[in-house]
Amino acid sequence: MSTARKQTNRLVACAECDALQRVRSLSSEELLVCFRCGAHLHTPHGEHMHRVLPLTLAASVCFVLANSWPIVTIEIAGNHSATSLPGAILELYRQGAPGVALIVLLTGFLAPAVQLGLLAYALLSLAAPRRFSMAEVFMLGALVSLVKLAGVARVIPGIGMWSLFGVIVLTAAAQAMFDVPEYWAKARGD
Amino acid sequence: MTGAEAKRFLSSSALGLVGCSACGELNRALECECSCWCCGAPLQRRKHESLSRSWAYLLAATIMYVPANLYPVLQSRTVAGEESHTILGGVVALWRGGSWPLALLVFFASIVVPLLKLLAMTLLLVSVHVRSSWRLHERARLFRLLEFVGRWSMLDIFVVAILVALVRLRSLATMDAGPGALAFAAVVVLSMLAAQSFDVRLIWDVAGRNEHT
Repeated sequence: MSTARKQTNRLVACAECDALQRVRSLSSEELLVCFRCGAHLHTPHGEHMHRVLPLTLAASVCFVLANSWPIVTIEIAGNHSATSLPGAILELYRQGAPGVALIVLLTGFLAPAVQLGLLAYALLSLAAPRRFSMAEVFMLGALVSLVKLAGVARVIPGIGMWSLFGVIVLTAAAQAMFDVPEYWAKARGD
Repeated sequence: MTGAEAKRFLSSSALGLVGCSACGELNRALECECSCWCCGAPLQRRKHESLSRSWAYLLAATIMYVPANLYPVLQSRTVAGEESHTILGGVVALWRGGSWPLALLVFFASIVVPLLKLLAMTLLLVSVHVRSSWRLHERARLFRLLEFVGRWSMLDIFVVAILVALVRLRSLATMDAGPGALAFAAVVVLSMLAAQSFDVRLIWDVAGRNEHT
């Protein structure tokens, strides 16, 4: 796919145990694992780097939708109540739980946004925002809440829920195909 | 792999090299603060003050673990009366309500995983302190598992966030976040920070597998 990938006999240090080893190349569809500790030496789907940008853009569209539409609506005896993710954060804050509101804001909203933003710019190490970005955990939380309420209310999943699902799948795909050594090889132009 | 076989490896730091944590390129290690020749990220042979920082986060997480489990995370007011749920109480309520697969899921995410994280981090940190070479591969795998499952403990906090915002039917029912919710969220974030501060390579360093060939 690119010239950089044809480099042979590259020397790499395992990020997890520091063992030096030669690898034939960091491209390859096969999974490269450290000879000593078994850690992954490269991004498993790195050969699909050209798909990162379209996936990231699609995920961003879903992210905007997921945050502007209600995730669920409930109905009890003719009364409707709906919430979106920003709505949930605001409500927590209003009801005197600003600490919890802040943590949900950071992990459910800001970290996924930063992760998408950085993928789009592809400039920095992606390890930190990725770990604290919990869109899929939030999704599961929404499902658990639905089951909790299913006994007392009629529950209607909203557009926000489906869009959130899109954010999760597309971000995961984009992140899986982002290959850092390949990125730098391209940036250096070799 | 036996211990003797593992010793055949040469670490990058034994040769005076540093792998960049951002782009993976090898650099010559200098005594000064310097940056990667390829991407410009600051170079560190090992994470800065890894052990002290990891211990500090772990200790804070352990302290928060007590109020997180004793105080209610969710308080509901319905026509039937007031109810408070702790983390464990929420699992019991799900179980009694008949959705036992979900009860099991929440039990794992909220009870098993946080406890496992606190115990496993303690084990890893102590083993590095006593310079243990006991079960190197299993410990490396334990750390990988820890990083993978850590974030899923946040589940209960998101459940609280959604319920609190959704159940706002003035006369019929309201729900509020309890004091346990903040403590529990703190446990999750602090133990993730503890794992992030910990440099796994120290496991191999202190076992003497990285300086000698």
